[in-house]
Amino acid sequence: MDRRRILKAAAGALGVAGLREALGAVGSMAELGFAELPDGTLEEQILHALPGKLPLIKKTFRPPNYETPVEYFRTPYTPSKAFFVRWHLAAIPQLAVKDWTLSVGGESAERELRFSFQQLKSEFKPAQVAAVCQCSGNRRGLFEPHVPGVEWGVGAMGNAIWRGVRLKDVLQKAGVKSDALEVVFDGADHGAIAKTPDFVKSIPIEVALDENTLIAFEMNAEPLPHWNGFPARVVVPGWTGTYWVKGLTSVRVVSKPEKNFWMAAAYRLPRGRFKTPSFKSQLTEANEPITTMVVNSLITSLKSGQQQRRGTPLDVRGVAWDGGAGIASVEVSSDGSNWTPAKLGKDLGRYSFRQFSHRVPTPERGAMVIMARATSATGETQVNELVPNPAGYHHNVIQRLYLEIV
Amino acid sequence: MRGLALLLIVAAGAASAQENKVVLKDAPGRDKAMQCLACHSLDYIQMNSRFLDKAGWTASVNKMINAFGAPIAKEDVDTIATYLAENYGKK
Repeated sequence: MDRRRILKAAAGALGVAGLREALGAVGSMAELGFAELPDGTLEEQILHALPGKLPLIKKTFRPPNYETPVEYFRTPYTPSKAFFVRWHLAAIPQLAVKDWTLSVGGESAERELRFSFQQLKSEFKPAQVAAVCQCSGNRRGLFEPHVPGVEWGVGAMGNAIWRGVRLKDVLQKAGVKSDALEVVFDGADHGAIAKTPDFVKSIPIEVALDENTLIAFEMNAEPLPHWNGFPARVVVPGWTGTYWVKGLTSVRVVSKPEKNFWMAAAYRLPRGRFKTPSFKSQLTEANEPITTMVVNSLITSLKSGQQQRRGTPLDVRGVAWDGGAGIASVEVSSDGSNWTPAKLGKDLGRYSFRQFSHRVPTPERGAMVIMARATSATGETQVNELVPNPAGYHHNVIQRLYLEIV
Repeated sequence: MRGLALLLIVAAGAASAQENKVVLKDAPGRDKAMQCLACHSLDYIQMNSRFLDKAGWTASVNKMINAFGAPIAKEDVDTIATYLAENYGKK
């Protein structure tokens, strides 16, 4: 049977459960997220507030990993206090502005510099960018079969206006030598034991010199919350969150590939499985680092399993984003096969969430499916089937919500 | 910056009262598995259940030792992996 006939049969005879079974489920809601998460995750996660933050979906206490509930994605910018929290290492020092300094240098820099917070703010021109910060493993928990790691639902992401100074301006003050290959970031966090590799990340020199790459002090016109990198973090628009080093303390310009565990072993994808740009100095025969985000969308106005009165149109609203091409279109389907363009919200910049909305008439009583599919300005679109990869990255399978019309 | 002073200082690596509510199932091998607490809260275990078999849990424990330097004796690996597979493994 083709998809459409399955859908019709299921909708007529089987109700929501049958429809789900027939179509496969990506996007049904459990109490705190998506029902496809591992059962142990569903049992363990709770709403819990870190100091200074709103109650978020706690995945792990130490190191703290907290996911943003879907309702905070109903605005184009994600409130700082609701912004997801992701740390790899348990020791996260509370940094004070008066003591904090940033060292800038490295073998491919002309000079070694050290900036206080005030110097950094006053010596360089301010810059800002609206950009999505998304964990590489966002939606890992929806992988089937499951892969180990932080079992995120859909909320290991957020969109904010990041304000600070351009990394390129700071690097130019230090002087970039012609052999510069990568720029390496270290933050104040470290492991609970000395043997744990420090969380250190690098980006290609050309990405570091991009005018949109920032050292940010503020998100959404407020200082960064401690849990989101106070007093300064790296912002690499379009690239996944792993490169957005928090509690930044050191920036080094280097001529050789950074080889620590977090670059050489973690955050890697099998070669050639995605169309994202290559991090050329970090390629191996088998794999390559994750780089930019793949195109994706999230429906925020509906919950799977929700009942809707017949004759009341459904408002399908949500957000779409990609790795920096910008969103060209979002389409909505209410029958599993025909797609209708949704109305796009204001363009807030090519790295930002783009809101979408679409009104769908409700059919006669029974089950229905709602799907949304985003396409980027370069023609990349969301996938029907998961692209498997061992660490559980780049989940952008088209979301399917199942509703019951009563 | 006034509001920032209100943020609480969190002792590096220390378990919070909330974290202490996360307990592992009482079964043989639990004591050895409690060594995981040196670096992270125990909810990492529940979160990654129940989809790993014994080989999967063995790979996870070995990753903690080899990649992250967990101070776990080699002779404890099998006990811990067996405990995790029995109590938090794929059925």
